[in-house]
Parts: sequence; structure tokens; C-alpha cells
Amino acid sequence: MKKQVRSNIMICAGTGCVACGSLKIREILQGEIKKHGLDKEIEIVLTGCNGFCAKGPIIAVHPDKIFYEALKPEDIPYLVEEHFIKGRPVQKFMYKEPEKKLAIPAMKDIPFFKYQVLRVLRNKGLIDPENIEEYIARDGYMAAAKALTEMTHKEIIKVVKESGLRGRGGAGFSTGLKWEICSKVDSDVKYIVCNGDEGDPGAFMDRSVMEADPHSVIEGMIIGAKAIGAHKGYIYVRAEYPLAVERLRKAIAQCYDAGLLGKNILGSGFKFDLYIYLGAGAFVCGEETALMLSIEGERGMPRSKPPFPVHSGLWGKPTVLNNVETFANIPPIILNGADWFKSLGTGKSPGTKVFALTGAVNNVGLVEVPMGTSLRRIIYDIGGGIAKGKTFKAVQTGGPSGGCIPTELIDINVDYESLAQVGSIVGSGGMVVLDETNCMVNIAKFFLEFTQAESCGKCVPCRVGTKRLLEILDRITRGKGKDGDLELLENLGNDIKAASLCGLGQTAPNPVLSTLKYFRHEYEAHIKDLKCPAGVCKDLIEYSILEEFCKGCGACIRVCPSGAITGEKKKLHKITTAMCIKCGACFDVCKFNAVKKE
Amino acid sequence: MLEVSPEVEKKLNEIFSNYIENEGNIISLLQDIQGVFGYIPEKAVDWFSKKLDIPESRFFGVMTFYSQFYLKPRGRHNVQVCLGTACYTKGSENILNNIVNDLKIEVGETTEDGKFSLEAVRCLGACGLAPIVVIGHDIHPAVKTKNVKKILDKYDD
Repeated sequence: MKKQVRSNIMICAGTGCVACGSLKIREILQGEIKKHGLDKEIEIVLTGCNGFCAKGPIIAVHPDKIFYEALKPEDIPYLVEEHFIKGRPVQKFMYKEPEKKLAIPAMKDIPFFKYQVLRVLRNKGLIDPENIEEYIARDGYMAAAKALTEMTHKEIIKVVKESGLRGRGGAGFSTGLKWEICSKVDSDVKYIVCNGDEGDPGAFMDRSVMEADPHSVIEGMIIGAKAIGAHKGYIYVRAEYPLAVERLRKAIAQCYDAGLLGKNILGSGFKFDLYIYLGAGAFVCGEETALMLSIEGERGMPRSKPPFPVHSGLWGKPTVLNNVETFANIPPIILNGADWFKSLGTGKSPGTKVFALTGAVNNVGLVEVPMGTSLRRIIYDIGGGIAKGKTFKAVQTGGPSGGCIPTELIDINVDYESLAQVGSIVGSGGMVVLDETNCMVNIAKFFLEFTQAESCGKCVPCRVGTKRLLEILDRITRGKGKDGDLELLENLGNDIKAASLCGLGQTAPNPVLSTLKYFRHEYEAHIKDLKCPAGVCKDLIEYSILEEFCKGCGACIRVCPSGAITGEKKKLHKITTAMCIKCGACFDVCKFNAVKKE
Repeated sequence: MLEVSPEVEKKLNEIFSNYIENEGNIISLLQDIQGVFGYIPEKAVDWFSKKLDIPESRFFGVMTFYSQFYLKPRGRHNVQVCLGTACYTKGSENILNNIVNDLKIEVGETTEDGKFSLEAVRCLGACGLAPIVVIGHDIHPAVKTKNVKKILDKYDD
């Protein structure tokens, strides 16, 4: 039995909070608690990512779930004295609602958490991810036990199929159907693979799941392995996620010790071994056939399908590949049944989805909502609206394969079908909010630069096509666009989509096509008026200093890397345009809005 | 075969002994080599190519496909500027330009004194902290262009 304590302090030790110093906070907290002789009553727990990444370092004090954000080491002695000795929660470290600045003490009342429904992230911030007992205490491995000892593989597949769970990696294929097809293939060896190669820039859902709740992924894989009859599994994680790799390694070792992996799991006679494979930095390896080649130690270049991996996958054997979030969804489905799962979400897209909400919103972080939740709810209620008083311009969903959704469509519901209708995708769940300071042509160029660099080069439409698309976009952002460029972008984009071999090329033109559809006027402004309305494209903007606002403080002179700004103290400063490299440092540093960009 | 010193030979043999347990995946082999040397020395490829009877071309094919592998020695501090979507929309390109100006090297290069290497990366999954710069193992969150120099100056060896 674990000792009973009066209170638990849950410190977020996700990548974000650790970078903001949460481990230092723990150290000081431990010292203070001990100093006051409270170490028998209060236990400090390091948890995985809490999701509210922009407010780190974060702690939550249980049982009341009082939430403190953005703590600094020097705040801790006061916090301990007030909260834990005098019993007075400290308002000034709490979350403040953006408008009236009122402190909200309890997590459940903070809008960021209030509208979320946690299924995949059910254990986030509640358990120590490095301790299997804490996972087990929250019904962990109950589903695996049920699947291995009470259910046949057909029964498992039936529940998963009926639940309507669709692959969370982006394509949205029925997980149950995939398992069923593979289970029917006759083969002595089969594999189950977890795709943790979360390559979409701006997405970190899988990272957080692997860091905060690694056992949920492992449990999902054990159940999947039994369903299809695999005895070996691989988790393929990108090398950029060292903490996730470390937590998974520890979790797997604990499972072997506890008899949850290896021979005769839970006395059921079922055998399953699990290995981790590290990616080596190639976006295209998120594509299933490329990923499998990478596990085999080859260059990860996609091949044409069929044969599909369920028939011929890893080392030519039948293989099921699922995404991290898909696996984390499995245990509660087995425990609670298909109807429970379908009780949330839409008819065709049941369940919840985790999104990585980033960009120009106030509350950047990880959010889990039922499928079919409106974009408005996600961006304004959970996300707290647009930061710094700016206005909402668009939201980019689905990463480099997705598209941009403009203001007028903010009330659409987020599910596979609705987003596809407006030219975007749910994808893996990245959601980057853009405001008026983001140039849509530049955003399209940004994604093209990415897909062009990551194209493996095997098929011509993708290799050459994305290069040409990028050249045209580059030309436009430099003020050298020509009549007919926009039509050329559209034609070429559609051809690349139709002719490419794998998902990378088939979706690479989406950011261009969707911005052309909704923000054509911005493209036209670049080409016809030689203006970048958002003031981003360097060749189309110029910096100057406004006489009426300049106080002559010298801040811009000090920060200018190219020595383009001159002027005496307390006198008007001046930018020599010929020397200006347009880095924007002066614009950012000026407190008097005296630097003009146009 | 290229000459290797006895020390290096010892290290290579250690990597080799792990490799046998690793089911013959040359990606993990290369990762191990890079873990020991900080990059992939040509000598190591030559050594393993002979030892395992795998053509060097296969090694180079894999090494040049994956962006994680370095064919040249790196600086003592590897500076990674994230150009993922979240960081990019918050101005990480300007941060990168400032670092380029400051260190006087381009992306992919190392300073003459071997102190810094510069890399542009696509999303490290710490989007809540955007824009970020990672130096060695330190994540610097919410970096502003004006602070770039101060951050780099902290690394003094």
C-alpha cells in the first residue's frame, strides 16, 4: 500500500515546463516542504505534460486541484507558507481570465480545461508516467487483462470495429477494419507497429501522450497484438523526442518486470515482445511504407500500394500500423464498450480528438475535445481568443498536408468530413492560429519549403513539382510575380496531387490551393500592387522612423545588427534603407511605435 | 582500409558488439557511431563496411537520406533554431537571421573556433514555448530577436 498523504503537488514535467524550469521548482519545493516538516503529509509528483504549455511551469495541488501557473523559483517559499501552512491559496499565482483579470483557483473552472473531455489524455497531470503502479491504480492494464483472458481475438475486433474508431494519424481509416483484415491473413509471423514519428510541424499530441502516459500506448498495442495475432511490436519514435523515448523505455522495462510483456502475459499464454526504434530525421518516414523500410534500416522511401501493409508489411509480413493516439484510445474502448465510445463525437467521426493548439491564441497547449466541436469553441473558449489584441485571420489545420480555414468558416465543426469539405483536413491534429500579421502567401511558401525539402525524390510529380511550386511562390513573395502565376499554381498543384506516389506528394499542394481559394486577394496584392498586406515579405516592405513618435532613445540603434540606424541621443533617428537587412529588430524593440513598416 | 588508431578501433569494436544484438539495422549502427564520435567519421564507415561486408554506398545512402546524421564534426554547442509552424509564425526566421549575422556562419556550418554549429530544424514539439532555440540540451523558450546575442554569450567555452 502506498502511504496516505494530505495533499499531492503535481508538477508538470513535460518538455515545455521542464524548459521553463519546472525541475528547479520541484527542487525548491522539496526543500521548503522539508524545512517546514511537511514532507510526511505532502507528496510531490512529477507528471507528464499537463497540456497548458504556454503557462509553464505549472503545478496543480490535489485534492482541491488548485492550479498555479508561471511559477518562478523565488515564488516558492511564499507559496508554501501561504498555501500549505496557513491554508490560503495564493491568488497571484493563479490563472487569470483575460478580460477582468480575476483569479480562477480550480482547474475545472478554467475555460482551457472546462471545455475539454479527457479520454486519450485521461491520465494527464494525474500520474507519474514513470511509475507503472500509478497507471494501474487508474484502471491501467485492466483492458489488457480483459482482452487477454476473457475475450477472443474476434470479440476484440468486433468492439473496436463497432466503436467506429478511426486512425488518428490523419487518414482516418477504420482501426477495427484494419485489424480485421490483418487478422484474417494467414502468416506465421505478424507485426504490430506504433507510428510515433510525429513529423508535422506544429503538432505535439503524440509527443505528449508518449511522455505523459506511455503505458496507455503499450496497453493499446498489447490488445492490438492479440487481435491480429502478432507477437512482436515496434514503437517508431522520432529522434527529436528524447524524453518520450526515455519514458517509453522505462515503461517497457516495467512491463517486462510486471509480466505484462514477454512470455505468458498475465498467465494467458499470450506472448508479446515490444521494441523501440528511433527515427533519424525524415518527415516522409511518417508514411507507413517508408516507416517500415526505416525500421529495416533502409532509406525511408514510400512504395506504391497495394500490397497494403496488412498483407505485406515489415520484412514482407502482415503488419498493422497505428498512430500513438489511436492506441491510447483502445484500452477504454475495451473496458467501456463501443457505445460508450460513440456517445461522443459525430456519427462518422466518433470519440474525441487531441489537437495541438498553437500560434496566435492566448492559451497555447494541448486540447482534447469531442469530434464535431466547433472551431470557435476551440479557438475562443478553450484557446482564450487571439493574443495581444490582434484579430483572427485563419487557422491552419493538418500541418503541411492540410489547409487554411478563414474567419468566415469559424463556426464549422471539426471532424474528418467537415474539414475535408472546406479543403483542409483533421490530419494528425495540428492547429495553428494565424492573425493579421501572418502573410498567407508566405505561410503557403513555408509549408512548400518544408514538403519540398522532405520529399524523398522517388517520384517525379512530387520531387520536381513541389520544387516548381516553391519557385513560383518565392517569385511572388519577392515581388516578381507574373500574370498567370496563380492559374499555374492551381494547375500544377492539382497535377501533383493526382500523380504523386504517397501521401506527402498527394497533399503537399493543399496549403497553396486552400490559401488561393480563400486569400486570393493577398496573392494578387503581391503580384499587382507589389505589396505584402501583412508586412512580412521582406522585398515588399521598407522600414522607416516616424518623426512624431521617435524619442531618440537609441534602443533601435543598439539592436540593429547591420548598423543601418543613426542618430544622436534624444534626437530623431534615421534608417538608411540601403543598409537595412529588414530583420525587424527595431520594430520589435521600439516602445513608442515609432518604427513604421510598409 | 583507412588507418584507425588503437583507441578508435576499441570504440568501434564496442559499437560492433552492440550491433549484433540490434538485429542488423545500420540506422541504429550509425546512431551509435554518432553517439560516440559526435559525427560519422569516414574511417568508421570504412571499418564497418569491411567488417560487415556491406558496401560503403549503402552507408552513405542512409546517412545522406536522414537529416540527423552529420558527415562533418560539429561545434561544441549545436544551435538549433526551430522553424516549425508555431515558431515560424512567431518570427523564428528573423531569429535565425540574427544568429547567422551574429555567428557569421550559414545554416549547416560551424564557427571557425569550433564553438557553435548552426542548424535549422522543423518542429521540436515544444510549440507552447514558441519561438524556441535549442543549444545543446538547453531549450530557450519565447526567444526575442533582441535577446539572441545575450543567449549566445552565455556559452563561453
